[in-house]
Amino acid sequence: MSGNTKDTFNVGGQDYHSRLLVGTGKYKDLEETRLAIEASGAEIVTIAIRRTNIGQNRNEPNILEVLPPERYTILPNTAGCYDVDTAVRTCRLARELLDGHNLVKLEVLGDERTLFPDTIATLKAAEILVKDGFDVMVYTSDDPIIARELEQIGCVAVMPLAAPIGSGLGIRNKLNLLTIVENAGVPILVDAGVGTASDASVAMELGCDGVLMNTAIAAAKDPILMASAMRKAVEAGREAYLAGRMPAKRFASASSPVDGLFF
Amino acid sequence: MIRIQINSEDRQIPEGTSMAQLIRMLDLGDRRIAVEVNEELVPRSTFEGHLLTDKDRVEIIQAIGGG
Repeated sequence: MSGNTKDTFNVGGQDYHSRLLVGTGKYKDLEETRLAIEASGAEIVTIAIRRTNIGQNRNEPNILEVLPPERYTILPNTAGCYDVDTAVRTCRLARELLDGHNLVKLEVLGDERTLFPDTIATLKAAEILVKDGFDVMVYTSDDPIIARELEQIGCVAVMPLAAPIGSGLGIRNKLNLLTIVENAGVPILVDAGVGTASDASVAMELGCDGVLMNTAIAAAKDPILMASAMRKAVEAGREAYLAGRMPAKRFASASSPVDGLFF
Repeated sequence: MIRIQINSEDRQIPEGTSMAQLIRMLDLGDRRIAVEVNEELVPRSTFEGHLLTDKDRVEIIQAIGGG
């Protein structure tokens, strides 16, 4: 990105060049995970926190060996948490696991069918975590009022969904996202619902600071190629946003001059 | 012996076992893990001095792929 080396976004006190954040779930194996994440160019990658198998799979490689915290910013999530208490406990375990690393992705889900966030519980958990010193990147609905409240609580990034997690439906409510972006004083990242590259571009053209996705890459027929497509789509959307699009008009406007016609 | 639960599995361990000893018994000494007992985080730095007691519920977690 020539001339755009300074176009970074800051979260948790650190500057990032890549505006594509990726999850690490649903891949065939850890090698595919590694290759897809490399192709995506992502600097921030999410992980989940789960029980260790006691006495089994002793030599099973660990995700953090494939994605070393020295190279990537690891963003532990609270996926699977349906209440304030388990989300807060998960974040504390993650911080311990990552040697005091404070950045977390908070999600408190409200319903198994839609995986829509329980925004009331999310607000409560965010408040506890911010007071406890966490840098909270928070998954939420595309409700501008909730987004504003989460920012006021002190979340370092607000991450509204584009569509339900894993649905690939693309951006269902562009105007709400635009309102959230316009109101915001912290980075706004679309988290969840992106299906293909154009969805990521649309999110960036709306002025979002970044896009977080998992299934759109992992469930593609060729995840590594899709990771590369997403990287370009996010960059293209960002550059289009910075460039400022032409106004849309109902009727034509000739691209070649009318003056000098020889007939 | 005392009875504890590790990730919801029942186990019997000698009285006076520390968290550090338990982690070694489970052969997890070199793994990147985090631990809670009775829903409270137990920092790694306190494993040596943390003695397990009867009916403790131990959770041992790690990172896995997720979105």
